[in-house]
Amino acid sequence: MIVLENVQTSYGRTQVLRGCTATIKLGEVVVVCGPSGSGKSTLIKCINGLVPIDHGTITVDGVPVADKRTDLPKLRTRIGMVFQNFELYPHMTALQNVSLAQIHVLKRSRAEADARSEHLLTRVGLSSKLASRPEQLSGGQQQRVSIARALAMDPKAMLFDEPTSALDPEMVNEVLEVMQALALDGMTMMVVTHEMGFAKRVAERVLFMDGGEILEDVPKAQFFAAPSTERARQFLDKVLSH
Amino acid sequence: MSDFDWSVIARSWSFLAEGMALSALLVAVATAGGLVFGFGLALMRRSRYAVIAALATAYVTVMRTVPLILVLFWFYFLVPLVIGRPVGSLASALIAFVLFEAAFYCEIVRSAIASVRPGQTEAALATGLRPSQVMRHIVMPQGLRAMTPLLLNQIIIVFQDTSLVYVVALRDFMTTASVVASRDGRPTEMYTLVAVVYLAICFSLSKVVERYGKGQRQ
Repeated sequence: MIVLENVQTSYGRTQVLRGCTATIKLGEVVVVCGPSGSGKSTLIKCINGLVPIDHGTITVDGVPVADKRTDLPKLRTRIGMVFQNFELYPHMTALQNVSLAQIHVLKRSRAEADARSEHLLTRVGLSSKLASRPEQLSGGQQQRVSIARALAMDPKAMLFDEPTSALDPEMVNEVLEVMQALALDGMTMMVVTHEMGFAKRVAERVLFMDGGEILEDVPKAQFFAAPSTERARQFLDKVLSH
Repeated sequence: MSDFDWSVIARSWSFLAEGMALSALLVAVATAGGLVFGFGLALMRRSRYAVIAALATAYVTVMRTVPLILVLFWFYFLVPLVIGRPVGSLASALIAFVLFEAAFYCEIVRSAIASVRPGQTEAALATGLRPSQVMRHIVMPQGLRAMTPLLLNQIIIVFQDTSLVYVVALRDFMTTASVVASRDGRPTEMYTLVAVVYLAICFSLSKVVERYGKGQRQ
């Protein structure tokens, strides 16, 4: 589904990814973790072309992301993305947030799009918030709207960039539950997160990154029981100690 | 005080109204044309092609550093030389105003676009919207709110600047008042009127700006 080969990229002169290789199969849930600044967010932003890569190749569903001939907007409809800060459009209601790209990208009629949006917002437990503006919603509710917005494009895979990091602790679970339900439905997911509980429950594999490299790419049981690198051990000690 | 003759205003009313109409026309055209052209300049300045961005930057810098009166003269005297026929005072003044104000509107639009968080663009792109759609549906609606007070401020400035068109023999409100003032020997009355009218219009516009600013913060 998603194949990364020797992916390298840099911001200015700072190299952020130093040759990352990984494969995410259809229906797989992979958690990406590692200390901040290790390149996790950059890695998943490369997958839908939000961050251009310098070297290597990324293919999504057989389509090369960095190829100039690739229709990037079209490719992006196949990969949903959820951001740390939700990034809902503040000038639109929850329903409009979810309908916008359906209307302008998938060319659905407004009625068709709104019906689909209502269905998705109901699925994430927000059927009573269709007409609410983002500012009237809690962080957890906003993040659930943004998951619905991504699902509205009927993506084949979902990327999550620290989806619970900006949330108050009591709202973390409502978002994780939605994500877990999505995983059970068979969605291919790549999740950057510090929620090791989620990784233990839902993930099949864990990618551990540090310094722009993927240091471990192992089944979750192996990662939590016996990480092979010293840096992963130190990281686990820190995040699991509390 | 008994020397004042305020009836001069009533007597010259229709002439003054013509001047006010010209001022209004200049403000409307300078704002509409300036915004369209300024928006184009703002997009150019954000271009990833350095040459395009540099051209727009140079244009904005030049227009923002020369006085408007000079631009008015340029278009009045230079354009006929270039195209080989006279263009007339009004046309040259309208062109000069649009091209001059575009530089200022460009900066207003640019700051409005910059005020929208980059994450908004990323999120919209991630749903498959094309960059032009992101600009139209996500960035501009949010930018417009940020730039409305600046826009109204600029309109006040343009309105005040319209008085400069006397240099190309046009009669805006200020100029008509000054014609009446010397014709009828009533400068005190006429210039008081001009002051009161400018004050009333600009003050009420700035009140709108203030109101809008308050509404935004709520």
